[in-house]
Amino acid sequence: MKINVEKNAAAFIHMDDVHQPTHDKNLWNARMKRDRMAASIPEWEQMRDLASQIKEHALTHLDQYVEQFVTAATKRGTIVHFAKTAEDHNRIIYEILKSHNATKIVKSKSMLQEECEMAPYLESRGIELIETDLGERIQQLSGEMPSHIVMPAIHKTTDDVAELFARTIGTDPNNKDPKELTEAMRNNARPKFLEAHAGLTGANFAVAETGAFVVCTNEGNADLTAAIPPLHIASIGIEKILPKTEDLGLFIRLLSRSALGTPATQYTSHFMGPRENGTELHIVLTDNGRSERLGKAEFWYSLKCIRCGACMNTCPVYRRSSGIAYGATYSGPIGIIIDPTFDDKKYSELPFHSSLCGSCTEVCPVHINIAEQITLWRQHMVRIKASKPSLHYAFNVAGKLFGSPKWFRRAEKLGYYGLKLAPDWLVYNKTLNAWGKNRQMPAIQKETFRDWYIKNRVK
Amino acid sequence: MRVGLFIPCYIDAIYPKVGIATLELLEKLGVEVIVPLDQTCCGQPMGNEGDQKNAAAAEALFCKNFEGFDYIVGPAGSCVKHVRQHFDAIPQTTQVQQIRRNTFELVEFLTDILQVSEFPWTSFNHNVAIHNSCSAIRGLHIQSRSEWQEPRFNKTEELLHRVSGVTVKHLDRPDECCGFGGTFCVTDEAVSVKMGQDKVADYERQEVAYVVSPDMSCLMHQQGIAERDKSPLKFVHIAQVLNNGPY
Repeated sequence: MKINVEKNAAAFIHMDDVHQPTHDKNLWNARMKRDRMAASIPEWEQMRDLASQIKEHALTHLDQYVEQFVTAATKRGTIVHFAKTAEDHNRIIYEILKSHNATKIVKSKSMLQEECEMAPYLESRGIELIETDLGERIQQLSGEMPSHIVMPAIHKTTDDVAELFARTIGTDPNNKDPKELTEAMRNNARPKFLEAHAGLTGANFAVAETGAFVVCTNEGNADLTAAIPPLHIASIGIEKILPKTEDLGLFIRLLSRSALGTPATQYTSHFMGPRENGTELHIVLTDNGRSERLGKAEFWYSLKCIRCGACMNTCPVYRRSSGIAYGATYSGPIGIIIDPTFDDKKYSELPFHSSLCGSCTEVCPVHINIAEQITLWRQHMVRIKASKPSLHYAFNVAGKLFGSPKWFRRAEKLGYYGLKLAPDWLVYNKTLNAWGKNRQMPAIQKETFRDWYIKNRVK
Repeated sequence: MRVGLFIPCYIDAIYPKVGIATLELLEKLGVEVIVPLDQTCCGQPMGNEGDQKNAAAAEALFCKNFEGFDYIVGPAGSCVKHVRQHFDAIPQTTQVQQIRRNTFELVEFLTDILQVSEFPWTSFNHNVAIHNSCSAIRGLHIQSRSEWQEPRFNKTEELLHRVSGVTVKHLDRPDECCGFGGTFCVTDEAVSVKMGQDKVADYERQEVAYVVSPDMSCLMHQQGIAERDKSPLKFVHIAQVLNNGPY
């Protein structure tokens, strides 16, 4: 079913006077912190240029780097699986779990596992799965998708979380202290790490020359997930591969500064093979449409994304809408250009949910031309006739009017007399005129500039 | 220097005074200004929404109207940005490319081409806030981009500093989009209005009397919101301030 992002965003704005303004303020603060961090590094712009070039190089030589990565990882005792589709990804993980009799698992944050809708797949097959990232756990308990790439529950207030935890893990409903709520969740989650049969993580970066991968978190939950159970399975999208270990120095410096405006994540863990005898490390190297996207001359750029969320923090439309409104794994500007690659009918309205202000393009640490991609996706939606029919008809008329000076002049006059004669109840009709619902109408002038010019300048 | 004056459709019909101010200002500066009478629209509304087919006729007509000028100048950042940076619904002949290259937004034309240093015929004794549109900032770079570590500048502000009496007040979020966004303002009414309300609230916090902009389309949206909320804010185009009216 088609996602009605405008309607969902309106619901978030009109919910109350707290949620949207708080959401906007928190994300804007992240953007401001990012600006301060960027300003503190003299070579910041060179770093962005270089990161963009490395990503473009890696993606245009991806076949070689995938092979190199797999060979190196295998040599270190890691078992690598290939998943072409989301279904393959989920099945492979389920089969690994089944062969190890693993029914209780802990997982840390992985956008790829979200993308593959892995949790419901495993849960429906009797696997008990616990999210260990605080934000993801909040979303799991709410039955919602993450609303932000790095801050999954940023659309919720502390009051919302207090109410949720009281209902689900038995905290005192009147306790709204963020520190105590976090502590309560920690106490709730810690025993689950000890009981877990397997730990699932994602990866922020994978390194072709060593076969290692890196997971960045602020809570250390990925480290516990990987360090306690005897089985560690990491889901990695093929676009995460960087050529060399030294590239990490650049990307890790960019990631958290862009995301949250902090110098680095609290934990940056490198996984280089199974940790000890009797434990196993599996990697599910996943394509799920990435190769196909890489082959699209217009749309391959989104594969450069390092999932920092800076475009979401800066996006004025996202800050008013919340990520939930997009009804997709990826929301905000980057979501608009990724989600339609999975389903261009379901997500056909996302590219139109943008004022095209362009801040996303300018803030991106790897220089993805996001705003331009949004326009290209709009063209795609028009081509497959998935844009709004009302707009399509309006533009058919406008296209003809603007192509003909004679008809354009007549329309101007018609507009003047039409608006002059129309009663207010019609002009400000809330269903007929979206402009007039919350805005006064501009007045079309009787004497246009052209009229004035002919009268005053043409002899 | 022969300049073709590009008056976008909505300025022609709704803000003729902005067109008059731009024309008079360029004349005062000694420019030979010609207004092609068959102009309509640059094709941006359709182009932005991805409708290339319906943008093509407007783009072709624009080229027909503006062939052969040294410069084409328009008092509208977003329309000029469309011409310079998109405008690809028609074949890119040498003539089309030349027209696109020679099209300038008014503030950048005054600053970079004419290099005007004074406006002795005008004064404006008010506290003002500046609204440079997103197209003008991120597309045409009339202001430094806050997302970049680059030298800070604002061509609109530099021009206003040359007008006697003007006090420029800075916003809390100086380059936050106001939510106009063309068709977006009606297709995404709730978000657009909220962004506009937040922008108007920022102006009010700075206690300015006027908002001055090189882009009347954003102001049309902001003014509609301010008027509905009974705000006393007034909105003018920078051409009106630099030319000393008409207001």
